[in-house]
Amino acid sequence: MVSITINGNQYSVPADYSILKAAEENGINIPTLCYEEGLTITGSCRMCVVEVKGVRKLLASCATPVTEGMEVQTESERVISARRDILRLLIANHDLRCLTCERNGDCRLQDYCYRYKVEDTPYKGDKKHYPIDTDNHFFIRDYSKCIKCGKCVSICAEVNGAHVYDFMERGFDTKVTSAFDDTLQETTCTACGMCVNVCPVGALVEKSVLWEGRPWEVKKVTTTCSYCGVGCQLKLKVKDDRIIGVTADKSGSNLGHLCAKGQFGWEYVHSQDRLTDPLIKRNGVFEKASWEEALTYVAHRLQGILQERGGQAFAGLSSAKCTNEENYLFQKFMRTVLHTNNVDHCARL
Amino acid sequence: MKEILVCGGTGCISGDSRLVHDALEQELSRQGLEAEFKLKYTGCHGFCEQGPVILVTPKDNFYCKVAPQDVPNLIHQLKEGKVYDELLYVEPTTNERILTRHDVPFYKKQQRLVLKNCGIIDPENIDDYLSSCGYKSLQKVLKLQPEQVIQEIKTSGLRGRGGGGFPTGTKWDFARKSVADNKYIICNADEGDPGAFMDRSLSEGDPHAVLEGMLIAGYAIGAQEGYIYIRAEYPLAVKRLSIAIEQAKARGYLGKNLLGSKFDFSIKIKQGAGAFVCGEETALMESIQGNRGMPRPRPPYPAVKGLWDRPSNINNVETLANVPVIMEMGSERYAQIGTEKSKGTKIFALTGKVNNTGLAEVPMGITLREVVFDIGGGVSDGKKFKAVQIGGPSGGCLTEEHLDLPIDYDSLLEAGAMMGSGGLVVMDESTCMVELARFFLSFSRHESCGKCTPCREGNTRLLEILQRIVEGNGEMEDLDRLQSLGENIIQSSLCGLGQTAPNPILSTLKYFRQEYELHVKNKVCPAGVCKALLSYKVMEDKCKACGLCKKSCPTEAITGEKKQAHKIDVSKCAQCGVCMEKCPFDAIIRG
Repeated sequence: MVSITINGNQYSVPADYSILKAAEENGINIPTLCYEEGLTITGSCRMCVVEVKGVRKLLASCATPVTEGMEVQTESERVISARRDILRLLIANHDLRCLTCERNGDCRLQDYCYRYKVEDTPYKGDKKHYPIDTDNHFFIRDYSKCIKCGKCVSICAEVNGAHVYDFMERGFDTKVTSAFDDTLQETTCTACGMCVNVCPVGALVEKSVLWEGRPWEVKKVTTTCSYCGVGCQLKLKVKDDRIIGVTADKSGSNLGHLCAKGQFGWEYVHSQDRLTDPLIKRNGVFEKASWEEALTYVAHRLQGILQERGGQAFAGLSSAKCTNEENYLFQKFMRTVLHTNNVDHCARL
Repeated sequence: MKEILVCGGTGCISGDSRLVHDALEQELSRQGLEAEFKLKYTGCHGFCEQGPVILVTPKDNFYCKVAPQDVPNLIHQLKEGKVYDELLYVEPTTNERILTRHDVPFYKKQQRLVLKNCGIIDPENIDDYLSSCGYKSLQKVLKLQPEQVIQEIKTSGLRGRGGGGFPTGTKWDFARKSVADNKYIICNADEGDPGAFMDRSLSEGDPHAVLEGMLIAGYAIGAQEGYIYIRAEYPLAVKRLSIAIEQAKARGYLGKNLLGSKFDFSIKIKQGAGAFVCGEETALMESIQGNRGMPRPRPPYPAVKGLWDRPSNINNVETLANVPVIMEMGSERYAQIGTEKSKGTKIFALTGKVNNTGLAEVPMGITLREVVFDIGGGVSDGKKFKAVQIGGPSGGCLTEEHLDLPIDYDSLLEAGAMMGSGGLVVMDESTCMVELARFFLSFSRHESCGKCTPCREGNTRLLEILQRIVEGNGEMEDLDRLQSLGENIIQSSLCGLGQTAPNPILSTLKYFRQEYELHVKNKVCPAGVCKALLSYKVMEDKCKACGLCKKSCPTEAITGEKKQAHKIDVSKCAQCGVCMEKCPFDAIIRG
């Protein structure tokens, strides 16, 4: 543990903490754009700069470890002046059609401009405009709104391993793109959507939420993904009792990481063809039944076949949608109750 | 035996010194004089302004601007034991011919410690290096403990010559103390400042000294491998370093169990693709690893986690070339040169509006006046000294009031400039300081890697503001914007590039604010450089209608008949100023 002073107050924090983490854990908010827990620290946006006594330049708090006796100012005049200029520079090169932006109200850039009273920018000049990539099935890429924080690049490479994104060109011409500057459809993108979830602005937006509702009208409901046995936690974006999208929930064991199924494969929930009750086929026609009725029917039939034909008449196939525990119980049931070893799993097919 | 040392540095080569060398070779062979004269093709002599240059030993007669056709006469004189007067250096103020190199004012105040072999030895021949005490320092070092070597460097007071000025011994100590399975020594030869070429000259002229410096550093920190990161735009330096590596391997100065010790060391060359930012140590390491050349945040510092995540020590070429010198002369003697906090010598690349351009190695603490006026021979064309830009695009401008400032790391920083890699651009009254700042900013903006916001976006905005001002569209608020945005970019950028890019603006704003104000308020460029602010006018009473201006105008903007005062059509004028230069009657004025 080391002892540090932040904004005049003393704190004792673990020695391997960054200034940002030390501040966060003690309830002091430092603005960040490129920082994301679990990803490589790039220190590129410079929003989180702080003043450290005895150091001539401002330091990025995300990338600077705490040291014994360190004295930090997180909102000094110098710090605020630098942050204000960073924001003015970012909005000078940003598509400012916030009125209809899907991230309006849920945008870090907007929040920080408000926090530091940046109403406009004095830096009028060259501005980058890029065509919007809508080729992808699931989300759009609108790089006129990109602030080059690089989180999409990092999460795609470090978590998914797909390495779809990288920076292209240098200096003011720098942009995030995919191989050969192609649309996402032409890349190895697995559509996990994690890039969308980490984007702090409106550069990456799911198609399903477009024009569906403002962020403050959308309720976020925590749930468990039903697609497989991993049991990822996620948050459903719900508007008027209908799901319009999914976003990350970092509290689960999946740390907010998702795959294409959890992120974009929720449309079946509202499908008209979805089975919502058990059906029993009578006289060649499926008829609605209660769960009790259905389960009793199945139990009777299993019992009957076992007596008539023995266990070898059965074969069981389990699903990856079940948990490990459910799969264990299933094979146990097949072996001990139905007396057969004919049991397999869809993941082996 | 007399030696004829022909300069084979890049500057002299572009002046055809190869042809001069070949002509000398043929002539000596034709006359059967090979036994009497030894011909050598050496590294750079530094006085590039006078190239191709030749030095003849033992009397050090110094011949300038030698052409292949001068060779027969030169040999004729040398054979007779005479001096060939016509090619000797002529002192421009006295018109006197100067006999020996050390009497040439350009060399008089120099102290060539690091450059001692440049221009003297054949850089492609290891025996030449060995005969001038080469690899003696390594032999000495291998008998010491690594800690003792580090102590020697600490005692010498050597500081990084690449710009930062960090104490080299301390840096080595950090890397020594890091524990790892492998460590690296990296030689930073990615010299990128416009106009600076000391690292190129050292690599071309004395490559073994660089290798020896790396070997000593490797021994000191406990590294077995070294990389030389050099820009691909330096083909001759790459070639000579490669030859030196091969020769050192063949002679047992690189490889395993060096000179009977347990020390192994090998060196690889990695050519950079020309990005200025790759001179920044973390970007340089990314580049060696095959990644995009972008800096990464420090800590961890390279001494802890550098190349391939191993402890690494990066020094610049000139720093490493100082190392064998220190070990040879002893750290205490070395520490007597220079000032209290800046020891030894520094090589400066003297360019711009100065009579003697070239490379000069001077003791730290020498004044700017001595460098510009004694070594540099003063401002060219008899114009008035205005300022000097020191430290390249990261540096700042110093004015007449700083001429007696001792040149060392700390006083330069205090004055708002920096040592940088040692670029020194002299400016005269015809230099516009706003345009100068714009020029350096356009360089920094172009070289920004684009990673961090202040440098990527901010330098573009600074450049746009300067562009507006030189085009006559500036407003007074722009000056405040330059100041505050410049300061914030310095404060908050990720690496040294962004942290220094606004320096040329801030220092010119500080010392030449009036010039900025004239551009903005009066729409006037006092130096007559910014084209958009220039207009030319014929004063009718002085015009003799000779027609010279009309004839020389490239855009046919001047009209006028015989005996009739001429006129300039402003809409056609390209503000080139040729008419004003040509007018024999001073009838054309610039406003």
